[in-house]
Amino acid sequence: MPLPSARPAAALSVQSMLPALVVPWLAACDGPQSILDPAGPAARGVTLLWWPMLIVATVVLVGVTAAWIVAMLRRPRDFSPEEAKRISRRWVVSGGILLPAASIVLLLGFGVPVGDRMLPRRGEAPLRIDVTARQWQWDVAYPGDGVVLVDELHLPAGRAVHIHVTSADVIHSFWVPRLGPKIDAVPGRTNVLRLQADEAGSLRGQCSEFCGTGHAHMVLKVHVHTEAGFSAWLTERAAAAHVGGKDPAGATPGGALPAPAAPGAARNPPRLVSGVAFLP
Amino acid sequence: MAAVTPDQLHDHHHGPTGLMRWITTTNHKDIGTMYLIFAFVMFLSGGVLALTIRAELFQPGLQIVQPEFFNQLTTMHGLVMIFGAIMPAFVGFANWQIPLMIGASDMAFARMNNWSFWLLPPAAILLIGSFFVPGGATAAGWTMYAPLSVQMGIGQDMAIFAVHIMGVSSIMGAINIVVTVLNMRAPGMKLMKMPLFCWAWLITAYLLIAVMPVLAGAVTMVLTDRHFGTSFFNAAGGGDPVMYQHIFWFFGHPEVYIMILPAFGIISHIIPTFARKPLFGYASMVYALAAIAILSFSVWAHHMFTTGMPAVGQLFFMYATMLIAVPTGVKVFNWTATMWRGSMSFEPPMLWAVGFILVFTIGGFTGLIVAVAPIDIQVQDTYYVVAHFHYVLVAGSLFALFGGAYYWLPKWTGHMPDERLGKIHFWCSMVFFNIAFFPMHFLGLAGMPRRIPDYALQFADFNMLATIGAFGFGLSQLIFIVVAVKCVRGGAKASARAWEGADGLEWTVPSPAPYHTFEEAPVVR
Ligand code: HEM
Ligand SMILES: [Cu+2]
Ligand SMILES: [Cu+2]
Repeated sequence: MPLPSARPAAALSVQSMLPALVVPWLAACDGPQSILDPAGPAARGVTLLWWPMLIVATVVLVGVTAAWIVAMLRRPRDFSPEEAKRISRRWVVSGGILLPAASIVLLLGFGVPVGDRMLPRRGEAPLRIDVTARQWQWDVAYPGDGVVLVDELHLPAGRAVHIHVTSADVIHSFWVPRLGPKIDAVPGRTNVLRLQADEAGSLRGQCSEFCGTGHAHMVLKVHVHTEAGFSAWLTERAAAAHVGGKDPAGATPGGALPAPAAPGAARNPPRLVSGVAFLP
Repeated sequence: MAAVTPDQLHDHHHGPTGLMRWITTTNHKDIGTMYLIFAFVMFLSGGVLALTIRAELFQPGLQIVQPEFFNQLTTMHGLVMIFGAIMPAFVGFANWQIPLMIGASDMAFARMNNWSFWLLPPAAILLIGSFFVPGGATAAGWTMYAPLSVQMGIGQDMAIFAVHIMGVSSIMGAINIVVTVLNMRAPGMKLMKMPLFCWAWLITAYLLIAVMPVLAGAVTMVLTDRHFGTSFFNAAGGGDPVMYQHIFWFFGHPEVYIMILPAFGIISHIIPTFARKPLFGYASMVYALAAIAILSFSVWAHHMFTTGMPAVGQLFFMYATMLIAVPTGVKVFNWTATMWRGSMSFEPPMLWAVGFILVFTIGGFTGLIVAVAPIDIQVQDTYYVVAHFHYVLVAGSLFALFGGAYYWLPKWTGHMPDERLGKIHFWCSMVFFNIAFFPMHFLGLAGMPRRIPDYALQFADFNMLATIGAFGFGLSQLIFIVVAVKCVRGGAKASARAWEGADGLEWTVPSPAPYHTFEEAPVVR
């Protein structure tokens, strides 16, 4: 099924209307790392799930609370035991069983298609980027071009990118909230995350699995270029033949890839994980 | 449930007095009291850690503590609150109330009961003492994920031993409760007539026996990875760090129900009392408890959606997690049905109970939302999750504990707790709790990861608000000390049935409950 590469109309209207309708506070969730301000299809899919769920949950919560208040305020009356039992049973069956059951079905009805929409097209030739997390930095490598960066990620807009994520020491988590879901960087494993950015600009990523002292400052600057701009940048970098910034441990200047994280790395073949989508 | 005359003859204790009395006591009431005091002291200690965390987070940048120490604080806050405060507090309630509720003279294994309690202070000393060893306390997070926990200093070993000791204590306590409940009920009290608090604890005790050894196993593997060259979780040696998470959360998810089922039990007593109606749907309440407990074993990997899990796995754990909402819904609506057209009054225990239902339900909904795998993968390890579990743990477990304390204080002390102070305590807690924790949902959505001492500028406003709320909440808890001390010292005398609508064997013995009760078992018809 085709991936929504431009903003689908439905998404647009939901995106623009809901924040205004719901608590204005939520609008304050904007910002460079906001989950609710998607800059790519994967992140947008999540917001399409999030808003309806929030609304349903809020409506149900308000409704249920109102029911409690009514239940508490109504004056006591004597019922025949049978009558009382019947009325109360209605409460429990409708509120206690039907309500949660209906919510669950609804959730799954929404959730499964959204997860599905994140599935990559087979046969597409995505750009591959290798990310190795270590305490406390991101080594970002462009295999084939011999470019290795630290704490900086460059992407082309409008094109699928497969990020191969692993770790050299403890568990970290690769996360650029506005692009899409996070994926853990696990020593000995390589997880593949499929991301796509809508348009050129700057984004911010941050490690989101607690990894020790430097965790809070393990930030990733993300630069999204136009397709042409990206090619130009990559060619220039590859030619420069040395790495800017601090040298990533294990990477030889000039471009060899960082050594594999750990001997166990080869044991587990890379797996693609994006949202609930997973391909071998 | 009707009961006959309790035995009130021996209202004195024999044996040592003073400190030795407390060290050697095998009396369930003494032990219950010690558990409760211990838990409250740990609650205050954990609270001090939390307020230091919040103080650091008042503004972006590093002001008060360094990241190393900050990470020790978050780790120890979690361990102290979970293993030191919430769990022992519920065991304290079990010790006091279960024998009184089922008409038993004491717990089944009275000496073991003493031992289960006295294991706790050494464990607490190990845990808190680890702040003062070289390298400080462990800073690997309360979840102690490998390989990070393998990197820690000696503080990690102390935490592991503390967890071992507390685990042993929990298992012994749980065995005691199971045997007491199954064997020592008053004649005529069938299982399905048993007070719900006892049911909740019976099921919780089974959960404890099932999962505490799993936790012990997980942390022992970390210990051997640290010191004895094993590679359970070391990828370079052929191990797998994700394995640790599977084992840990197989304990960890049932653990959250260990901390909430007894709370459900307490609420199921308070609501009928102050609605002056019997609990609605007793049998369905029992089945719901059991269903929650059984389901809780099949949802652990909802904590691991981001580790790179196959889609089938994600779907399974997503479905299973959502199923838990059904029995939980049954409970919430049974409480509502109980309140429906009851003659309600709102003394402090009832305020806490009604507050519990409201705020716990918010936590349930945020849980349901976060159980949707694609959403979880975005908000996992952000402040959204921090908000979720504080809504269920603080506004859930802790509020129920306070409700229970106000409810049974008359039975424990013989005096009614100060109603005005109790209400102030409740309202301050409720308001400040929400000021502290509601904004955390927004922080999470704005992308703020959890367990960070410093944050980007865009998170500043809500953090400031959360810190203000947290200090208000912390200070409000001091009111409870005043209430408890006043209540022990004096106050309006409580009658045997301290609350007009209260029902159950514990209300047939005088207030305060004599040192020995039910030496002759009452007969329940
Ligand atoms: C309707 C019921 C509930 C659902 C659907 C639910 C769902 C979840 C999910 C999916 C997570 C993982 C979030 C993440 O890390 O990304 C989570 C975390 C957590 N939940 Fe719940 N939950 C429920 C009730 C409870 C209750 C009753 C408690 C405790 C009393 C609880 C305590 C916790 C804790 C402590 C964590 C975080 C653990 C950590 O990462 O440190 N939850 N919950
Ligand atoms: Cu990190
Ligand atoms: Cu869980």
